[in-house]
Amino acid sequence: MARRTPLFALHQAAGARMVDFGGWDMPLQFDSLLAEHHAVRRAAGVFDVSHMCVIDLEGVGVRALLEQLLANDVGRLTVPGKALYSCLLNERGGVIDDLIVFYLAEQSFRAVVNAGTRDKDLDWIGRHAASFGVKVRERTDLAMLAVQGPQGRSSVAAQLTPQAAARALALGAFVGAEIDGWFIARTGYTGEDGFEIMLPAAEAGPLWRALTAAGVVACGLGARDTLRLEAGMNLYGSDMDEDTTPLESGLEWTVALRPGRAFIGREALEAQRARGIERKLVGLVLEERGVLRAHQRVIDADGGTGEITSGTFSPTLERSIALARIRAAAHGTVQVEVRGKRLAARLVRPPFVRAGKSLIG
Amino acid sequence: MSKVPPDLKYTRTHEWLRTRPDGTVEVGITDHAQHALGDLVFVEVPQAGRTVAAGEPFAVIESVKAASDVYAPLAAEVIEGNPALEHAPETLNTDPYGEGWLARIRPTGAPGALLSAAEYEKLTAEESD
Repeated sequence: MARRTPLFALHQAAGARMVDFGGWDMPLQFDSLLAEHHAVRRAAGVFDVSHMCVIDLEGVGVRALLEQLLANDVGRLTVPGKALYSCLLNERGGVIDDLIVFYLAEQSFRAVVNAGTRDKDLDWIGRHAASFGVKVRERTDLAMLAVQGPQGRSSVAAQLTPQAAARALALGAFVGAEIDGWFIARTGYTGEDGFEIMLPAAEAGPLWRALTAAGVVACGLGARDTLRLEAGMNLYGSDMDEDTTPLESGLEWTVALRPGRAFIGREALEAQRARGIERKLVGLVLEERGVLRAHQRVIDADGGTGEITSGTFSPTLERSIALARIRAAAHGTVQVEVRGKRLAARLVRPPFVRAGKSLIG
Repeated sequence: MSKVPPDLKYTRTHEWLRTRPDGTVEVGITDHAQHALGDLVFVEVPQAGRTVAAGEPFAVIESVKAASDVYAPLAAEVIEGNPALEHAPETLNTDPYGEGWLARIRPTGAPGALLSAAEYEKLTAEESD
């Protein structure tokens, strides 16, 4: 039986079309996926992301633990509240999951990991945590809402006391803070400004109702996917997995190879780099009519082949876009096999859209 | 509740047919189908002159999330695909029985087993149970 978030009954009452996602019964769309997408680019939308897994890590060795587990450099987190995006790697350099980790206090961090990988992540982190004297606690008592869009932050602020609103609005990008019992972070998965709010499960319904009553559009996972793809953000399990490394997933920028850092997977990544990276994850913009979809075959100018990992119609650009894993040497224009035809697509560097604006020529 | 105009014929695969005075047939997808598919963003209509067998995929409609085939309801020759859908695929959502028609065809064989409006309504009611 699929798991349900604290907002499940509200979604059902709203007539949302539900879908199984990572073992959770989640809203795919409420009314119109396109309208939800545009609301986030132009005003504000709210997503129930309570399926994501919040893990609190506490203990004297928590920094050392994260140094070992994360490919990105937890040493960059020097100011409480600051967040870091990182991959969790296996010994082969493959991606176990991608996550965001917040530095809360000197012996206290909070990780947010994907819903579908919760069990293996908890197992992996738990296995290493013991020897560092770190306590691992899954926060199943918390719900999580993402309020995204140019009016996302002000929409949330309007629901807070003046003092709390001032503190929330003062948060810098990729920073969170505990404010009146809610953890409010200026993070997201849409390419827009906004907040992600972790709060006691019983308080999520009232906040959801207040936000939607104030005109924030209820959004489902369908719009979440088109928004993240326009923003050039990878989806775990589609764009990378345990058999691909960050270096072939467009995530070089999240791998901190400064001398002296030892993390799980580092040796494999350095060996891969020494051998030469053979594949890369790129953005594609379809030059013809049609829609790019995951698993379609890509043929580059020299006849090499690759595969689309995520594809969609981009509501903002009104054409199809995709992420694809292709030969590192490929450049320029490629052909994609779309329903028996070969269509031309142009290689671009993601993101495709940021803060409502097209970034492709 | 989706609309099912009483004067049209239907298929089990959610196409509708309207027989015109000259014997040609207009084909589209039902209100039930467009609602189930969600916002449509791409339509590929059949080429004029193409001959199709009953049940042969002859058009493609794609929502943001997925691609679906549309099946020829009868053995027929295609007279024309609706050219307006190329730039306005959303017409399939907003006016599935009118401006959102997909193709006009000339039947070349015996009429197949089509459903009346009442039968189609019953089918969709069973599907949503």
